[in-house]
Amino acid sequence: MDKPNFNQVLQHSPFFARVDELNLMKSWSAWNGYQVARVYDTVAAEYFAVRSSCSVFDMTPMEKYRIKGPDALKFLNRMVTRDISNLKPGRVTYVVWCNDDGRVLDDGTIFHLGGDGYRLCAQHHQLDWLMISSLGFDVSIEEETHDVAALSVQGPTSFAVLEAAGIGGLDDLKPFVIHHTQLEGMDVMISRTGFTGDLGYEVWVDPRHAITLWDAVFGVKERGLYDVKPMGLDALEMVRIEAGFIMPGDDFITAETAVRDGHDRSPFELGLTWAVSLDKSYYTGKKALQAEHDRPIKRRLVKLSVEGNKAPTDSFLYDGKNGMRIGAIKSNIWSPILKRNLAMADIEYQNGAEPSEIWAEIYYQKELEWKSTWAKCQISEKPFWNPPRRSKTPPDRM
Amino acid sequence: MTRKNVIIIGGGHNGLVCAAYLAKAGYDVNVLEARDTCGGGVAKYEFADGYHVTGLAQVVHPLNPKIAKELGIKSTGKAIDTISLGSDGRHLTLSVDAVSGKGLSAKDILAYKNFKKEFRKYAKALEPLTMNTPPRLKDMDNKDKFTLAKIGWSLRFGLGTSSMREFLRVGGINIYDVLNEIFDDPRLKGAISADAVLGHNMGARTPTTVLTYLNRLRGETYGPQTLPTSDGGDQFVAAAEKAGVKIETDVRIAKIIVDNGTAQGVELASGEIRTADIVISNADAKTTFLDLVGTQDLDAMFSQRISTTRTNGNVAKLHFALSKLPDFKGLAENEVGQRLLVANDMRYVEHAFNHSKYGEYSEKPILEITFPSLSDPSLAPAGHHVMSVSASFAPYHLKASWDKNRSAFSHNVLSIIEHYAPGISASVVAEDMLTPVDIEREFNVTGGHWHHGEMMIDQMFMMRPIHGAAQYNTPIDGLYLCGAAAHPGGGITGIPGHNAAQRILKMEGGK
Repeated sequence: MDKPNFNQVLQHSPFFARVDELNLMKSWSAWNGYQVARVYDTVAAEYFAVRSSCSVFDMTPMEKYRIKGPDALKFLNRMVTRDISNLKPGRVTYVVWCNDDGRVLDDGTIFHLGGDGYRLCAQHHQLDWLMISSLGFDVSIEEETHDVAALSVQGPTSFAVLEAAGIGGLDDLKPFVIHHTQLEGMDVMISRTGFTGDLGYEVWVDPRHAITLWDAVFGVKERGLYDVKPMGLDALEMVRIEAGFIMPGDDFITAETAVRDGHDRSPFELGLTWAVSLDKSYYTGKKALQAEHDRPIKRRLVKLSVEGNKAPTDSFLYDGKNGMRIGAIKSNIWSPILKRNLAMADIEYQNGAEPSEIWAEIYYQKELEWKSTWAKCQISEKPFWNPPRRSKTPPDRM
Repeated sequence: MTRKNVIIIGGGHNGLVCAAYLAKAGYDVNVLEARDTCGGGVAKYEFADGYHVTGLAQVVHPLNPKIAKELGIKSTGKAIDTISLGSDGRHLTLSVDAVSGKGLSAKDILAYKNFKKEFRKYAKALEPLTMNTPPRLKDMDNKDKFTLAKIGWSLRFGLGTSSMREFLRVGGINIYDVLNEIFDDPRLKGAISADAVLGHNMGARTPTTVLTYLNRLRGETYGPQTLPTSDGGDQFVAAAEKAGVKIETDVRIAKIIVDNGTAQGVELASGEIRTADIVISNADAKTTFLDLVGTQDLDAMFSQRISTTRTNGNVAKLHFALSKLPDFKGLAENEVGQRLLVANDMRYVEHAFNHSKYGEYSEKPILEITFPSLSDPSLAPAGHHVMSVSASFAPYHLKASWDKNRSAFSHNVLSIIEHYAPGISASVVAEDMLTPVDIEREFNVTGGHWHHGEMMIDQMFMMRPIHGAAQYNTPIDGLYLCGAAAHPGGGITGIPGHNAAQRILKMEGGK
């Protein structure tokens, strides 16, 4: 990995040499201070790689922290809303954490690394919050974002691709479980996790071994065994919405960045009630969440499928066509595999009740001329895309 | 219906005031004090065999008259003036409304009278805020609105237009600028500015020093400053016991037991569990929340905010046992019994403070000197005397460490006094010094701060100790604060204890 160069605004991940070579579009974006590919060649091809073959996504810029020490579990359990006291070594769980008022700061995953403590992955920088939360706990907290290289290998053939690449022993690896193995003499950690809603793995290595890992995975394609495509941020955005994963900062304003009263969100309002324990020992925001739990819900971030073929980008939502305005679309995509407009939308509830009929007012252009139309919307409580192969163990060898 | 069972942690004067009020209202109140005597800052303190001082607080103002009357606590101290010692022997005598001394101009004498009158008015105007739970500014209830209305009314109509305007102008600024506008005599300005910074981490030029001065003047609205008698602490104990409070000393609390966000009682250092319906802490906020409750049962940012409150003391208390009463140049014997001040001018005050900013003790500290044995001879063996000195500034975190510098600082202090009272060093038979580190250990106050936390504007009123816990109740149900860490802060006032009791009665109901 390059040494940090302070004249360079965006850093390069240890995979950059390969990413740059394959990025035909030279379409870049910034993510957590890194230069990352948005689109390598075409979004559609990258999208379909996730859904029908195998995609590779460089997720090194994801915020990673290592938490160790005698109070590590107590510390994490006092920070996140979910009870993680039963998280076994070698397991991963999804978590969300709040400020004192029970408003969501960020979400992420916790990896129980056994004797090596815990790894917390987060969407945004959390070091300050971790330090604040550590007062009174005997823990050490280290940012390891730049010390771990990670590739997300996702799609129906991901299992077969990794096996062909020399990363074996994944047959019995269930979702949210960690496996340690070796590849060409280097230590590799694999977790059956991902942000695509499909069968997939995340592979974690020392940055010095990043290129070896990349070449091993893409070698599978060169050997003519399976297609492997690099995937950029744009395709990731499509598959994460299909999978129903929320994106802090995009679908809602995190509590740390919200300025206006009432603009931040509670986990209940984000549809994360399942990740909130009101029974476990105290954690930050619990008192506020208990109080909120007893009141009718005011609003929810919902998964919405929108009729028609017009993109409902930033559309206002109404309770009935021409009815009262009740919210807006936060992010949306056209799902090629479901042939539908899918969206994340923030909608208000009246006295705790869902609006009877949700309509989107969509503005769209035809040859630079603005038009508007109405589209009926349907809330989906389940992920739009959740194929059985996502959790099937052992996965099919395709 | 069974009576509400209350445990109060700490038998300092505020804990006892709160206890007395709650017991009078029918609660079953138990005060648990870690030390062997109650009274905290006003408890008699033996520093050498046979030599005592009346407590940490060597000069006090009368209690708030409402509290004094309701609890039957009488001010037994002797009213005293302040004599600001001039290095050239030209001393100034400052009393409530008059100042006198060689070389003082008629203009300054008149200005002093007007200044005291005007500033006491400001202090009085704040009384509705002082004697009530500080109102929340968000999610106000009727009581909050009423308190705000009262303070608004008091400022607008109590003071009148021109005084209100002046109060709003000077209320948040520093005493240095204000005194320069009003007075010419540097000695007079030095003495008044010393009153504004005493016990605080502030120099004459520090913002908020007008407010800290008003805080002192609030005491003066109740009566002149006094040299307390040695039974200062006993009066509070007697008032509490008369109301039916049970007091235990030598009982140290290990933790406050919290279950599902509600205080259940306390665990003693001995391991014994005492359950209670209500737990009230007279300890400072850091001790209460970070040590006794523990961050496990609190929100992260709340804990962080408590931990970053400024609570480091900056005053050392020195005690000297003397074989005879010293002779101060230019002072008659009855004048030695007043409150003697060494704060020559505002530069002296500011320079004294400068050192502490860099972790050093003042080369030339501000000194407040009293002879408690003059008002209560029982404090020292016959014919002998005790001298009590507050020396500012002596930072909690001394860069060079207190272990190695105690005697150097104590020598420093005595040599300054020697200048005013030649020969005093020879009559010292024993001495003792309480640095903020010692005060922390001896009196169980984090940082050894007189006021359980800096009285700067960001840590006062509805932000004392922090917003979210400034109404005596805390994030833990059934746990309250009643000490100087709560509004309106430090000093021997009993007001935090009084206000806390009113708040608890309102929230928890009768009996």
